Amino acid sequence: MGRYALRRLLQAIPVFIGSTFLIWFLVWGLPGDPFAGRCGERKCPDAYVTYMTDKFNLDEPLYVQYLIYLKNLLTGNFGQTFNGTEIGDLLAQAFPISIKLALVAVVAEALIGITAGVLTGLRRGSFIDNLVLVSTLVLIAVPIFVIGLVARYALGLSSVSPDAPFVELIIPGIILASGSMAYITRLTRVNLVENRRADYVRTAVAKGLTPSRVTGVHLLRNSMIPVVTWLGLDLGALMGGAIVTEGIFNIRGIGGLLFGAISRRESGIVVSIVAILVLVYLIVNLLVDLLYGVLDPRIRYE
Amino acid sequence: MRGITPWKVAVGLTAVALAAAGCSSADPVEPEKKDGSFIISWSEPQNPLIPAGTSETQGGVVIDALFTGLTSYAAKDAKTEMANAESITSADNGKTWTVKLKSGWKWHDGTTVTAKNYVDAWNYGAYSPNGLINGTFFADIDGFADVHTEDPDGEEGPQKAPTPAAKEMKGLKVVDETSFQVTLGAPSNLWPIKVGYSAFMPLPDAFFKDPAAFGQNPIGNGPFKLSKWTKNTELVVTRFDDYQGAEKPKVKDVIFRVYTDDAAAYEDVKNGTIDFQQQVPSAKLVGNLYKTDFADRSSNKPISSSAFIAMPTWLPGYNDPNIRKAISMAIDRQLVIDKIFNGTRIPMNGWVNPNMSGYKADVCGANCKFDATAAKALWDAAPVKPKDLSLAYNGDASHKGWVDAVCGSITNALGVPCVGKPFPTFGEFRTLVTTEKMTGMSRAGWQADYPSIENWLNPLLKTGASSNDGKFSDAAFDAKLKEADGTADLAAAEKLYQDAEAMLPNLMPTIPLWHSSQQTVWSEKLDTVVINTFGELDLASVTVK
Amino acid sequence: MSSPEVATATSPTEPPAAPVTPAAAEPAPRKEKSRGLWSDAWYELRRKPLFVVSAILIAFFVLMAAFPQLFSSVDPGYKDLNRSLTPPDFGAWFQFGQGGQFGYDVQGQDIYARVIYGARASIVVGVCAVLGNMLLGGFFGILSGYLGGWIDSVLARFGDVFLGLPFVLGALVILSTFAPVQSNPSAFRITSLVILTFIALGWPSFARIMRAAVLSTKQLDYVHAAKALGAKPGRIIFRHVLPNAVAPMVVVGTITLGGYIGAEATLSFLGVGLREPVVSWGIMIGDSRQYMEPAPYMMAFPAAFLVIAVLSFVMLGDAVRDALDPKLR
Repeated sequence: MGRYALRRLLQAIPVFIGSTFLIWFLVWGLPGDPFAGRCGERKCPDAYVTYMTDKFNLDEPLYVQYLIYLKNLLTGNFGQTFNGTEIGDLLAQAFPISIKLALVAVVAEALIGITAGVLTGLRRGSFIDNLVLVSTLVLIAVPIFVIGLVARYALGLSSVSPDAPFVELIIPGIILASGSMAYITRLTRVNLVENRRADYVRTAVAKGLTPSRVTGVHLLRNSMIPVVTWLGLDLGALMGGAIVTEGIFNIRGIGGLLFGAISRRESGIVVSIVAILVLVYLIVNLLVDLLYGVLDPRIRYE
Repeated sequence: MRGITPWKVAVGLTAVALAAAGCSSADPVEPEKKDGSFIISWSEPQNPLIPAGTSETQGGVVIDALFTGLTSYAAKDAKTEMANAESITSADNGKTWTVKLKSGWKWHDGTTVTAKNYVDAWNYGAYSPNGLINGTFFADIDGFADVHTEDPDGEEGPQKAPTPAAKEMKGLKVVDETSFQVTLGAPSNLWPIKVGYSAFMPLPDAFFKDPAAFGQNPIGNGPFKLSKWTKNTELVVTRFDDYQGAEKPKVKDVIFRVYTDDAAAYEDVKNGTIDFQQQVPSAKLVGNLYKTDFADRSSNKPISSSAFIAMPTWLPGYNDPNIRKAISMAIDRQLVIDKIFNGTRIPMNGWVNPNMSGYKADVCGANCKFDATAAKALWDAAPVKPKDLSLAYNGDASHKGWVDAVCGSITNALGVPCVGKPFPTFGEFRTLVTTEKMTGMSRAGWQADYPSIENWLNPLLKTGASSNDGKFSDAAFDAKLKEADGTADLAAAEKLYQDAEAMLPNLMPTIPLWHSSQQTVWSEKLDTVVINTFGELDLASVTVK
Repeated sequence: MSSPEVATATSPTEPPAAPVTPAAAEPAPRKEKSRGLWSDAWYELRRKPLFVVSAILIAFFVLMAAFPQLFSSVDPGYKDLNRSLTPPDFGAWFQFGQGGQFGYDVQGQDIYARVIYGARASIVVGVCAVLGNMLLGGFFGILSGYLGGWIDSVLARFGDVFLGLPFVLGALVILSTFAPVQSNPSAFRITSLVILTFIALGWPSFARIMRAAVLSTKQLDYVHAAKALGAKPGRIIFRHVLPNAVAPMVVVGTITLGGYIGAEATLSFLGVGLREPVVSWGIMIGDSRQYMEPAPYMMAFPAAFLVIAVLSFVMLGDAVRDALDPKLR
């Protein structure tokens, strides 16, 4: 397993480089000068454009710029924004908030999703089952910005304060989680239904265990493995996927940072955020795969 | 960049220590101690917070809170007042100016504001390798050409701008601790007005030790000092108790909070989470919704920014003033304003914004009023006319709506097809404009740097001026401007500028369209709200409930 | 076969292309001929109300996309500033040829006509993106599954490069990079840019499904037999592998299609997806966001159509999955 993990880590390196270079190429490869339009209605002074072009190495070929960036990144230096702010500081400020929001969302989807899933899975075909199934479909179908806008403006909620305390993140978190919640419900349900017919459950029932023990210890525990995996992966995805929710509630996380950066062409921020998110994705993926091996003894990594 | 961190800490520590010392020792006697605070909707500045390096409004509003220059503009009527300067005088009709500073002014770090601070700051700002965005504002000063060089073959060319010959302008001389002398390249009576612009604000000695760190943690001499800046979240300024200016702040803290979405900010002002939004989202203008929501806690005020159409005067047809007049008369400004802008623009009838000192109403007369028949008659009478009309704009901002409407109006009146022509980015659009590559009309906009009629004539319409997009040139007009520039008495000069403007309706160098207005809302917490001539909240006079 | 991935379909609405997808727990229908599976499924489906309802709705939307003139005779692009923000006229609902059923938007455009014409963009984007994903993903999936070895590893890592980007974020970056290149692009160009973006970010998921199907089929006795008899790779792929991969592809495809329609709306809402002169539900919702108070109908109608369309496709995918999945039968 150690060798497997090592191999996966080594394989992650080209993926990381590939993703960041792709994004780098996209955002810096844009035609036009990112500084020319920054002086309102007049032409930017030559001296300013020259200075900034120099400072951000824009007169070098793209791959050289990228190598410089990568070299700095390895020493923990994310570079600066056009207004001289350390991008590292910005990320250190925004990431905790996004992680908080993602945590709230994951907890919400776990609580609500698993409960609904168990409820429907145990009563397959009942009225509740059908009701929940249809409502999960609706949740999947309604785009998050519709839910968010309606919640914000129809209920008259105010924005989240700058330090984003957990209490204020509950409603945005639930909104952010709404789509995944539906998936969790369905995932739990499918697994319960499948495992109910498994031999070990039949054995447990035949042994004369109480129904609650069969459900609680044998059925649920085994059905939860894929659900937990999904939750783990979702935590990573939610961090970068909260652009809409963060905008609606003015949460100062990385979603908003990224969106603003794209519109202001602050390419340094965009690349740095993507680099971190890709890293998170790769690490979470690896962890989940390893965890799977631990939880399910049938899976072996050579 | 590893070198930055220790500096940041060091500067921060001294600032805290000195501020603490200042508080305990001086402790000014205050009859009514107001410790209130309020929150303004804001977005991150685009440049480091250095006066000569900030030109956009988000950074500008903080610079204005942190720094005070030689002169300032009164919030109510934009009249120039002495601020840090005791006097600015010239003995030779505006060629040499002697600036005397008020004594006793302090920087936020406790050091004294000296004449050297000004001279150093201006030299730094003008020196082209420093790359400051407002560097060209010092072009009036004698010796500017020695410190500021241009790229000889443009950005794309292989050559780089040569290193300037000197680091300091020879026109600046420190006389003593509190006075310095400025020699201009050519006489200008407007110098005291110009120096009120933020590019001319001073910089403390601390700046020169580490300019990069300073931009993140500026030390000013203004009514407020920076107390906390959480990047991408909020910036807090606190009243500077040693401030010597005329108007001292009535509140303790002003918080600038970053919003990504102006609709979210509007809702938050409405429910009292924050207190001020400078421009309401356009959807709230529909049916004057913001007035229903805020009633007397809102304002609708013209701001110092206007829109024009620039004419390619080097092309046949467009070089005929009568053609330009015909096009001007073919535009139904009021209808476009009502339908496209919800009535938030004001039709222009002249070349100067009404917020300027020296503004005169109705200068343009009938030439800027919609009259389809007269326009058609003028157009038909012209010997050479452009075959088809186009109006170029930059597609990265919301111009499409009004450009299409204006073109529609022209087409309807003149019977000539007129199409809007978008260019992807503002940068590309400007490059085409400045290199005379436009084959038709193009949109132009102007925002005042300082509130004077001069700022609307010299930079825009004088032969060869920096923002003269249409390459308009008229000898008599230039001579009048020159005469005005060289007149020492401000009122007499203003009169001459007005005379120059009065020549324009016949020349029709550009087509004036409209000037903007700004709809502002605030919460119940704010008591005294004065919006200054730049449309910003006058922070010093605000009181809170 | 147990693969360490979770067996669920993902949708690219927020949360974006979350983890990845169906490592096709689809056990190969060993003893059934593929025709048997499909006819069984069809028998099953016809009796499911969810399937019938969604199929009818989808037929309706497809009709709307193909022949919008059948539903509205009003030009969706015609602007008349004088009737800006007129509320819905419920009297017009029963008179064909009349405008204003759903009211008028800020520019004075007919909301009903725009909703009808908007179906085309949404469905074209969804269908083309999914088909493109199936082709591209399918091709790479077959390559890596059939050839295996280092090609498999390289392709898997190459796919990871795209999967590592959260969906909305990746699309945002790609679209904002390529969108401004031309400021007055044609409707075709705008739409194809969005479709290509979806394909670029989505193909690896489909490649994984295909790869899993290939791997499981490769082990089957009759495939070994066919190989031993000297069948060419092309024949093996088309005769044996593809039929087995179709079922999981169809299931994931339909659900993803619904997801893509929603994703297009999200991106248009953020201002980077489809743009004028294309008419789409996403654009309409994006335009309406600030007018929720004075004109709630501006958002309500396109949003309702969007939700119903996405719902239909997801329901269809769901029903098909149930029908094709023998374990749940």
